[in-house]
Amino acid sequence: MADRTAVESAIADAHRREWALVLAATVRVTRDVDLAEECVQEAYTAALASWEKDGIPDNPAAWLSTVARRRAMDIIRREQTLRAKLPLLVTDAEEMPMGEDEVIPDETPDDIPDERLRLIFTCCHPALSQDAQLALTLRLVCGVPTPDVARAFLVSEPTMAARITRAKKKISAARIPYRVPRAAELPDRLRAVLAVIHLLFTVGHTAPSGAPLMRVELMDWAIHLARMLPALMPDEPEVRGLLALLLVTDARRATRVDAEGRLLRLEDQDRSRWDRAAIAEAGDLIAGDLRTGRSGRYGLQAAIAAAHAEAPAYDDTDWPRIVTLYDALQAMWPSPVVALNRAVAVAMASGPAAGLAALAAVEADGRLTGYHYLHAVKADLLGRLDRTREAAAAYEQALSLADNETERAFLAARLAEL
Amino acid sequence: MAEYAILIYTPASADPAEITPEDRARLERGARAEADTGAMLAAFELQAASTATSIRGDALTDGPFIEAKEVIAGFCVIEAPDLDAALEIARGNPALALGAGIEVRPVFGGFVAGRSTG
Repeated sequence: MADRTAVESAIADAHRREWALVLAATVRVTRDVDLAEECVQEAYTAALASWEKDGIPDNPAAWLSTVARRRAMDIIRREQTLRAKLPLLVTDAEEMPMGEDEVIPDETPDDIPDERLRLIFTCCHPALSQDAQLALTLRLVCGVPTPDVARAFLVSEPTMAARITRAKKKISAARIPYRVPRAAELPDRLRAVLAVIHLLFTVGHTAPSGAPLMRVELMDWAIHLARMLPALMPDEPEVRGLLALLLVTDARRATRVDAEGRLLRLEDQDRSRWDRAAIAEAGDLIAGDLRTGRSGRYGLQAAIAAAHAEAPAYDDTDWPRIVTLYDALQAMWPSPVVALNRAVAVAMASGPAAGLAALAAVEADGRLTGYHYLHAVKADLLGRLDRTREAAAAYEQALSLADNETERAFLAARLAEL
Repeated sequence: MAEYAILIYTPASADPAEITPEDRARLERGARAEADTGAMLAAFELQAASTATSIRGDALTDGPFIEAKEVIAGFCVIEAPDLDAALEIARGNPALALGAGIEVRPVFGGFVAGRSTG
């Protein structure tokens, strides 16, 4: 007999951490996502009584996979004729032995191959809209219930349920293959996966205070996904880079806003409350790739964020190093947003006049004219040069473009300070 | 294996009769190469959209069914093991290089009589 509270918490933990592993192991048997989801859900339900009676297993994921797969095999045997008409997931036949003869793999839990990558790549297939990719990844890879997915994206539950159903239907009807892409396609396909994880994090990160909790929890799910990948794809620097970027950004979560929910600038944040362990972990993740010059966009962004986070005080920030990192990032990713952030670093390294000069190129580019942050940066630099009237005009412009209440309050306060 | 329709879209004003001989040669070379892969089950190029007649209920109208900037200029049906393979074949379509757009759509059902056209 095990204590009910302990069992419930073990199940919740296994749900959060092992859902993808258990579902992917079950899809391997069913080749049908809906049936697999149903069987996995039943396995989690069965765990409650069973673990209470027999104790919590040493390897909950293996226990859950075995139960879900056994259940799936029973249903498949019983409904063989019915299932013959179902469109099954398209897989590489030699790797997934479930052909027309319905041979059921007789694997012990320890030999079940880790199929989470197939699941992730299928959910983030470019033939699905990004909205669908985000929803499917949360639902299938993270096991987040549909009502919670709906809350996170601020849509009604029927709308989200329809979006997920439509995406699953497209996977089977259009035969989106359930496989890890070949080497030639991998860079593009991996980019899509990383973009989904990054977007989940960003949606949570920019949620205004008072937003539904599930929206904020997206950050945790994004980190959970980003943590899953490095072990599965150890040769991809960007996989480490993304995890590092999320960790170092998240390390400052507690200090981004003050007690009233107002946005705090980096220089005003209480560095003693930053998560030093997460910052150190991020630094370790990217150090090797930075040394060998293999860092990609995420790795360089992480390096920039880490350079900020590692400085003991704002005035100790190594601005010249940050400018160098921005130069590398801009060479790889000629985006006006990168150029804008680089201009901020230039201003810190070489003074506001140099920053304004760097900013002039971004303004001339024209793509960021409607971006409030451009005007806010310009206002700040002009203010520091005592060009008060121009600074005020730039703040006004930034205010007219910002729509997040926290950011608007911040800009209004800065304008009043001039 | 599954079947996919490859729907080729061009600007509504495009007319296959006005394709230059060089472009026509490119299209034909490309079409032959696609046919040689063995994936192609059927392929058709249509007359200009201005020659179309549409039926909606009892009414006949002159022109394509939907007034749009781009209309279907042709289509083919291919056989492929999965969507990734179908997209790869579609990307090789010679019309793409001439500025056409392509929609790849799984076939639900259909049949082709054993005779050739044109």
